[in-house]
Amino acid sequence: MNTVLEAKHINKYFKKPAPFHVIKDINFKIKKGEFASIMGKSGCGKSTLLYILSTMDTDYEGELYLDNQLISKENKDNLSYIRNKHIGFVFQFHYLLSEFSVLENIMLPAKKLGEKSFQEIEHDAILKLKMLNIEHLGNKKASQISGGEKQRVAIARALINNPSIIMGDEPTGNLDSHNSDNVFNIFKRLSNEQNLSLLVVTHNEDFAKRTDRIITMEDGGITT
Amino acid sequence: MVNWVIVLSIAKTHLLTKIKQTAIAALGVTFGIAAYITLVSFMTGLNSMLDDLILNQTPHIHVYSEIEPSKKQPISLYDTYKNWFNVVRSIKPKLSQKKIHNALPIIKYLNKDKNVKGAIPQIKASIFYVAGSIELGGNITGIKPLEESRLFNFKDYIVKGSPKDLKNTENGILIGSGVAKKMSLSVGDRVQISTIKGNVFPLKIVGIYQSGIADLDAIQSFTNIKTAQTILGKTKNYITDINLKLYNIDRALPLAKKIEQQFNLTAVDINTANAQFDTGTTIRNLITYAVSFTLLVVAGFGIYNILNMLIYEKMNDIAILKAIGFSGRDVQMIFMSQAMIIGIVGGILGLLLGLFFTTIINTIPFKTEALPTIETYPINFNPWFYFIGIIFAIVSTFFAGYLPSQKAKKIDPVKIIRGQ
Repeated sequence: MNTVLEAKHINKYFKKPAPFHVIKDINFKIKKGEFASIMGKSGCGKSTLLYILSTMDTDYEGELYLDNQLISKENKDNLSYIRNKHIGFVFQFHYLLSEFSVLENIMLPAKKLGEKSFQEIEHDAILKLKMLNIEHLGNKKASQISGGEKQRVAIARALINNPSIIMGDEPTGNLDSHNSDNVFNIFKRLSNEQNLSLLVVTHNEDFAKRTDRIITMEDGGITT
Repeated sequence: MVNWVIVLSIAKTHLLTKIKQTAIAALGVTFGIAAYITLVSFMTGLNSMLDDLILNQTPHIHVYSEIEPSKKQPISLYDTYKNWFNVVRSIKPKLSQKKIHNALPIIKYLNKDKNVKGAIPQIKASIFYVAGSIELGGNITGIKPLEESRLFNFKDYIVKGSPKDLKNTENGILIGSGVAKKMSLSVGDRVQISTIKGNVFPLKIVGIYQSGIADLDAIQSFTNIKTAQTILGKTKNYITDINLKLYNIDRALPLAKKIEQQFNLTAVDINTANAQFDTGTTIRNLITYAVSFTLLVVAGFGIYNILNMLIYEKMNDIAILKAIGFSGRDVQMIFMSQAMIIGIVGGILGLLLGLFFTTIINTIPFKTEALPTIETYPINFNPWFYFIGIIFAIVSTFFAGYLPSQKAKKIDPVKIIRGQ
């Protein structure tokens, strides 16, 4: 199977307030269609690692490959493009643009990418909404829908450019068990049906146990 | 590469959802620009009116024969005292004619010069206005009325009658308003004038002249050149002054120098004679621009402030835009375009408001003794002011938007997202 994401010898240091070795020589691979979760105690560096993998944090040592291409040496504008095209995000706090409608929020990354016409993008966005059973929300303002709905909209937005991998930082951390289940099932379905790779940081043991693979972190290193 | 469609649509959404803040920021620019347009149009209108008051009737070059002492006294021609230090006391002016020698050929020659719009002769003489036993001192100037009107706006200063009346009336006189008032004279009356030599002539008043300068109006009168020559008992070639109007005022100084050398006459150019007007105009313009600039700087700070606040409010939006693939430059452009939209919309409204204010001012009656031709407050409707105004609005909002947008560009999305 193809490797989607590969990390080689990733190290990161915090310089302030005191010098601190936060990520210690991380090596791992995510294969195509794999649903992996990262677990660990608070402060073990799992979120820090995720933001390095997401290309948003560029202050680290080591090499990062996406679809077997080295991306750790790219400049910020190229990284923005890579994030836009190949990586989808789901955060703990839904992070929608509250002044825009749900549909506009979902369409935004595709419009930025600019590879399709407006009609095609709108068509795609409505398909994603239907897939997640929230097509009735399309014209509502992002600030007017519930937390569980917001998280599904965020997933739709992450999917709009058909990325290579979806990353989540505690995507269910702020949801009740019913909505958590819902989000998990969506992820599982994406992984099974569309062969999508997923990497999710979580505290939730039940959630982690149901994924294909658990990566456990402790004090900045991987234990399993 | 910036995708302008999406950048502008986000900027538009930001501006429209905060419509009150947007309006306040735009109004700051609007008032700044409107004040600039109003001030500069009004001030330059007043300036040019004041300048015209003097400069329009002033020739660009005034040529005359100066009465002055000889520069070389006879003793310096004497070889014996060549190396001596000679002191000559009580020097008298050289006996010379007041008239310009060969005036008519000179005028003909000057009129052929391609820089010269027109060169016309004048005869200046001191006379007395006689009313019974009272004699009032004054000046009479012999002119060519129609030419004078064409070149030096003479017509504007005739409050009753016209230059044509003067031309068509033999022994006619255009009398200064001050003289007329003192002697209770009006159009159609006759006034006796006496030359220095004592000859008395009755002249018919065909009009009243008012320059706006009271001292001048109390002594000055005009008549035809021919009449002046008759009064003074001189021949047809007696001319005391030649006045030149040029196409380009900047050519006045070199041409004056040339005339002095060529004809051995005194030639004074307008800038030398009226240097203080230039200074006054420059300083008034400086004040106008300083005040307008201050207003725009204040408006600029308003925009800076509002954009700064907006960026603090939109921290999350900025982080999320960056996370989903917008580059720092895209985010910067979102906020820059907001500043520019505020600047352009506010600026255009400011121009319209300025035009509105100045149009109103232009209809307010403004009548004064000193300025017979002015009926309303003068406004200079110069398209350049509007051009400068909109450029000013765009530049100031650009700088006001630049710093906050630079900040938005540098925001680290990880810090914002993890900081929750």
